[in-house]
Formats: sequence, C-alpha cells, structure tokens
Amino acid sequence: MGDAPGMPRPQTGREPLLRRLDRVDRRWIFLLMAIAVAGPIVWVGVTGQTFPEKPTPIVEGAFRAIDGLPEGSRVLIAFDFDPASSGELQPMATAFVRHCALKRHRIYAMTLWAPGSPIIGSTLGEVVGGDPHYVYGETFVDLGFQSGNEGVIKQVGSSFAKAFPNDSRGTPLAQVPMMQGIERVSDFDALVCVSAGYPGAKEWVQYAVSPTLTGGRRLTFVAGTTGVQTPQLIPYYPVQLAGMLGAIKGAAEYETLVNGKALEASPGTKVEPKYQEAQRRMAPQLFGHVLMVALIVAGNVIFFAGRRKEARA
Amino acid sequence: MSRSVAVLVTAVAGIVMLLSAFVRPLEFLGTAVVDWFNVLAAIAFVLGGANLLKMNLLKVSAREAGWGYSAVTVLAFLVTITVGALKVGVHPDPKFPAVALSGDKEAVGGAFWWIYEYAMSPITSTLFALLAFYVASAAFRAFRAKNTAAILLLGTAFVVLLGRVYVGVLLTSWIPADNAWVSWMRLENLSGIIMSVFTNAGTRAIIIGIAIGVAATSLKILLGLDRSYLGGEG
Repeated sequence: MGDAPGMPRPQTGREPLLRRLDRVDRRWIFLLMAIAVAGPIVWVGVTGQTFPEKPTPIVEGAFRAIDGLPEGSRVLIAFDFDPASSGELQPMATAFVRHCALKRHRIYAMTLWAPGSPIIGSTLGEVVGGDPHYVYGETFVDLGFQSGNEGVIKQVGSSFAKAFPNDSRGTPLAQVPMMQGIERVSDFDALVCVSAGYPGAKEWVQYAVSPTLTGGRRLTFVAGTTGVQTPQLIPYYPVQLAGMLGAIKGAAEYETLVNGKALEASPGTKVEPKYQEAQRRMAPQLFGHVLMVALIVAGNVIFFAGRRKEARA
Repeated sequence: MSRSVAVLVTAVAGIVMLLSAFVRPLEFLGTAVVDWFNVLAAIAFVLGGANLLKMNLLKVSAREAGWGYSAVTVLAFLVTITVGALKVGVHPDPKFPAVALSGDKEAVGGAFWWIYEYAMSPITSTLFALLAFYVASAAFRAFRAKNTAAILLLGTAFVVLLGRVYVGVLLTSWIPADNAWVSWMRLENLSGIIMSVFTNAGTRAIIIGIAIGVAATSLKILLGLDRSYLGGEG
C-alpha cells in the first residue's frame, strides 16, 4: 500500500480524503470484485437470463469447420488443459463435443496434459453419455494422456498407434473398431484443440497442421484458447486455423451457434444450463470488466488530483 | 568426455530431424528420434518426481524456512502416487473381475478420483480465480496515465474490456451498425479491429523474430558452439 506521489504524509489529525482513498485497504477492492462477480452469478442462477451474443467471424469459422463436415466424420479433440483453466475452457470443450454429437461425428479424445485425462471422461460422459448413437469404441473413444508434449504431436503425425498403443481403458488400439483407417493425424477430418498453454494449439499448428507434415493434405484445425493465449494464435487465422474461440466470450458465441443448431433440429426444446455455461459466465464477466474500468478511472482521478494539489502547494 | 558425448548426441539427433523434414527417404530416422524423445520424456517424469522428493526432503530435514509446506508437498505426492498406483477404492474391470488392479485408476468413486475431484480441482481453480482480485487491485493502484504510451495503453484497455462484453454493445448502440463508414466505431467492432490488426501485427513481428532467433540458436547448438543447455560453464 504505497503512498501516491506528491502526497506528503500529514503529521497530525485526520488524513485528507484523497489520501485515504489512495491508501484504501485492498481488501475493500477484493470485496467489490467479489460482489461484482457473485451478484450476477446469483442473478443468472435465479433467472436463467443471459446476454445476447453476436458471433464474430473467427468463431463462425470454427463453427463452419465442424458443421461443414459430413455426418460420421472423424474429429480428434485434444483436451490440452487442466482444472485451473477449466472455468474458461470447459464450456468450449463441452460445446465442441456437443457440436460433434449433433453432427453425429466420430469423436476421438486425447490430452497432452496429465490433469486433462479425467476431464475427457467427465466431458464425454456429460454430453454423449446418454446418447444411444454413441457407443464406446465405435463412435467415440478416450485415448487418454500421453507424455512427451510436442514429441507426441510429431509422433502422431507419422504413426498414431506408436504414440497411443492403448486407449485410456488399456484396450490396444488395433482392437478399437473406430481406429480402423487411422494411421496418422492427417487421417482425421478435423482436429480440435482446447488449449490452456504449452503444449497446446500453437504446438499443434507447428507440428501437425502444416501441409509439409501432413503429406500435402490440408487438415482442418480449430482451437479454443484462454484469453491470455488468444493474441498469440490470431496470426494463424484463417490459414492454419479455420477458426478460434478466444476466452469465455468466444465460447459464449460458439454456444449460441451450437444451441441455435440444436433448436433448429428440435424446435421448442429447452436448452439445458450445462450447454449455456459460457453464456451464463458473461454476466459476471461484464460486471468484472466494468469494475476494472471504474477502478482504473478512480485510481487515475485520485492520482492526478493529488499531483495537482502538490503543484499548488 | 561426457560433455562431448552429449554434444555429439544432440548434434546427430538435431541434424537427423532437420534432414528428415526435407528428405523424404530419411523420414524414418526422424521418426526414430521422436520415439526416443518420447521415451526420454516419460523417464523425465520419474526424474522429476525423484527431484521433487529430494529437494523437499532436504528442506524438511534442514528445517529451512517454510519446511512445513515441503512436508505437505511430500505427503501429498506420496499419497497421490500410492493411491493411483494401487488403485485404492477402484473396482476391477468387469471384463477381468478376478484381477484386482484391472480397473481404471481414474474411475469415479476411487481414491485417486476423489483427490482429483475434491482437492486438486478446487485448489487449482481457486488459485486461478484469485487473479481477478489481484488484477483489480493492481488496476486501481498501478494503471496510471502518466505519459502518451500509458494513455494509449489505457485507451486500448478500455476499448477491449468494454468491447468484449455486452455493455460495449449497449454504450455504442446508437452508432448505425449497417453504415460501414461509422460502424467500426462501435465498441464491439473496435475491440475486434484492435485484436485483428494491431495485436495481430505485433504478434506476427514477435513470432517472426522468435523464429529467426530459434533458428540461429539451433544452429549454434547443432554446431556445438552453444553448450549452455548442458549446464555448468557452457
């Protein structure tokens, strides 16, 4: 809690208002942030209301890449994140799996992050668990975690079975029916990476997606990333990346598109809250952002008022 | 001697990888090197675990400052690895009911699952969520418009912070969305322009710079001129 420049400490008596504001205990700021976030969470939980989202072209690109594939296409989804970033990325993973399920694609799930392995099981169970179309080994498979970071990506570029000899249940890949015809990563129709950092979407671009690595075949690649990672990946759009979901905002836009598609297929049905998680999180995000702007403005007003006072003195 | 061998292995592996990327018939050599790398990566997990134990046990035995945290780390490590390896609380796989350890270590209800679900997951999520509070405090105390660069940074931050949420749409909804001359001024469009033009250009420049640097450093490593990765004097 340092003093603001130009604000000499008074020797006696009550501190001036500006100084007290500048030296405000940071726990008050923490409390304000807690209220700004908790209030909308409660409000959304009670009312079920969410803000409307207008999808941006980069998110529409991701949607079209999955949606444009014919039914039964083979989609590899890399769950490259851990519980720390699941607040931001889990809604994306859920939306990607759901979109694939709506399109009846075959889903192949894997992760390069050790803590990502249980996330695969819970996400697949939540989205396709009760769907009779999805039979383990025939229409979806959990390949689990493999150590080696970008080494694994390079390896799946030449031999998938070498990188993943078994699925997460210990079944040799040769005995998994839906693995027939999958020799290398370029045999998939699309690749999706939900990425929290290293190894993640950037490494998939560098070691798997380039046509020089796929034998000239163009592999459709879409990613969902944390807000921090998004600017680093934007240069890869739209050539290497067909589309991208940037942070919870991107996830909310994608959810809007996927929910719209689900409603088209089954008009009149109610969208379950688990398929609106990103949209529901946009309300606390909004109030959090507004508070941040207000705090920056307040901090600057106090700072410059203090400097002015000093100049006068 | 050992350093020379390490340099030689690095140079051979690196040159093989480089050649296999450009010479199709040599691709199998590159694949072999990647296989070795993945085996080494798996062994690194064991080394990492051993190193974690060593460092923290030394701290505990020397009663260094914060040794209690080290004790917790060691305990958590040992408990997790034990319940995971022994599959505590996991039922055998229905296909192999007689084999005690045939079940999935991450099966719901098992001890490993419990640790993941009720300890690791909430703890790491909480730590990540704390960022919002510290960023808010920093925004109040450190984000000052002291000079032109800081003013530009502040302006950009405002546009992106507001443009990425619905309040941005509301604030500039009076600007016609269908008039291309002015619609870019809507906050949601402006934040998109900042991301796709300015951020994109800056990031591209950084990526190209890094790539050139990586190429130069790689060449130095392959030629044995840079040995800093071996530790010691380099």
